[in-house]
Amino acid sequence: MKGSPVNPDRIYASQTSAWFGQIIQRSDNAGKTWNTPGSSAEELKSPDGTPKGESNKFVYDTSPETGKPLTTHQWYDGTQHPWEFKRVWHLEPSLDDPDHIYAGVEDAALFESTDGGKSWYELAGLRGSDTGPKWQPGAGGMCLHTILLDPSNPKRISIAISAAGAFRTDDGGKTWKPINRGLHSQYIPDPTTEVGHCVHRMALHPSRPNTLFMQKHWDVMRTDDAGDSWKEVSGNLPTDFGFPIDVHAHEPETIYVVPIKSDSEHYPPSGRLRVYRSRTGGNEWQAPTKGLPQRNCYVNVLRDAMSVDSLEPCGVYFGTTGGQVYASADAGDNWKPIVRDLPAVLSVEVQTLP
Amino acid sequence: MIRVVLPPHLRTLARVDGEVELELKTPVSQRSVLDSLEAKYPMLRGTIRDHVTQLRRPMVRFFVCGEDLSHESPDAPLPDAIAKGTEPFLIIGAIAGG
Repeated sequence: MKGSPVNPDRIYASQTSAWFGQIIQRSDNAGKTWNTPGSSAEELKSPDGTPKGESNKFVYDTSPETGKPLTTHQWYDGTQHPWEFKRVWHLEPSLDDPDHIYAGVEDAALFESTDGGKSWYELAGLRGSDTGPKWQPGAGGMCLHTILLDPSNPKRISIAISAAGAFRTDDGGKTWKPINRGLHSQYIPDPTTEVGHCVHRMALHPSRPNTLFMQKHWDVMRTDDAGDSWKEVSGNLPTDFGFPIDVHAHEPETIYVVPIKSDSEHYPPSGRLRVYRSRTGGNEWQAPTKGLPQRNCYVNVLRDAMSVDSLEPCGVYFGTTGGQVYASADAGDNWKPIVRDLPAVLSVEVQTLP
Repeated sequence: MIRVVLPPHLRTLARVDGEVELELKTPVSQRSVLDSLEAKYPMLRGTIRDHVTQLRRPMVRFFVCGEDLSHESPDAPLPDAIAKGTEPFLIIGAIAGG
């Protein structure tokens, strides 16, 4: 789920099930009502004919003009496996047009809509890049889960795929290159491979778009050259496994992660829920714990379930698989649950209204 | 008049209560019923059968007059009871639960 940065009434959401597949929902009134774009009653009455009903149509582009052949990718056992669309993992509205939005999907590919989600087309240069056959699914599937738009350069987009790694385009999505130099994943055969890293999430501050922060499967990383080289900034974290990572709204060197014990034990170390904050862009971390459970807490925090507002001081929010959403109105010093009996929280987004 | 019973989730998506009624010419087939259903309720496209292959989604089944027709040809004529509307065309989601 995500709202448009230029129109807070416009919110996009992805829902999915094995039964009826992918559904895209859109609200034009800040969530009061939802519709599947291109299928509303008003559009049914359109003199231009019946609507297309293609808001949930995500078809890989294999056309000779704009597409790429549908290759295979690596399966868990190392064999090659056909590319199959399964679901939308992340929706990223553009920075300047509420009808323009990107979708990251499983099996990993990037789609774009310029008509408010009524129809979608693939930016096939990514999925069709020559490293595609080496990509493989992580535990959650081969998903494209992170889309970072550069506010200073509309042609530049950085994305991340589990488990392939990070990729960047500098030409608006036509061509892409892996940006994984410096990542080290000791649990795969070639720890410094060009692709094959299980990136969990990336974040940037709009004022410094060349600095990206990454929570990898293990390791918290940063780059100051838009991904050309990465260095580890895990520092004194109790564990550097985790899912979300986010940046303070006003302090580009203040970042947040939620350490999780390990890839096999998805809960906070010692049952103590702690949001670690670094005010130095990594390496040095503190964890103010006031308001967070410090015993018997065995929830996880998923990659899309953290967000910040733009108030002063910055508000920070995150949701848990136990159905709590915690908020801090003072940049992470003090926390309180603002709701606590939801199903597992998949996505937390914040809008700062005038 | 053809009567179609949707699974509850798709009724919510299509914003309908109870059965859906469609006007079709005979002979009536699974394909003609689904084509008509999707034309009237375009938000259902892709939820019952694949956008491109037009094949039934794996966890959706079609029942008619007590018979499972999920694996029949989509172009085979449906019984008169469907064409006349005395029996509904049932679209069923696979049962999930404990």
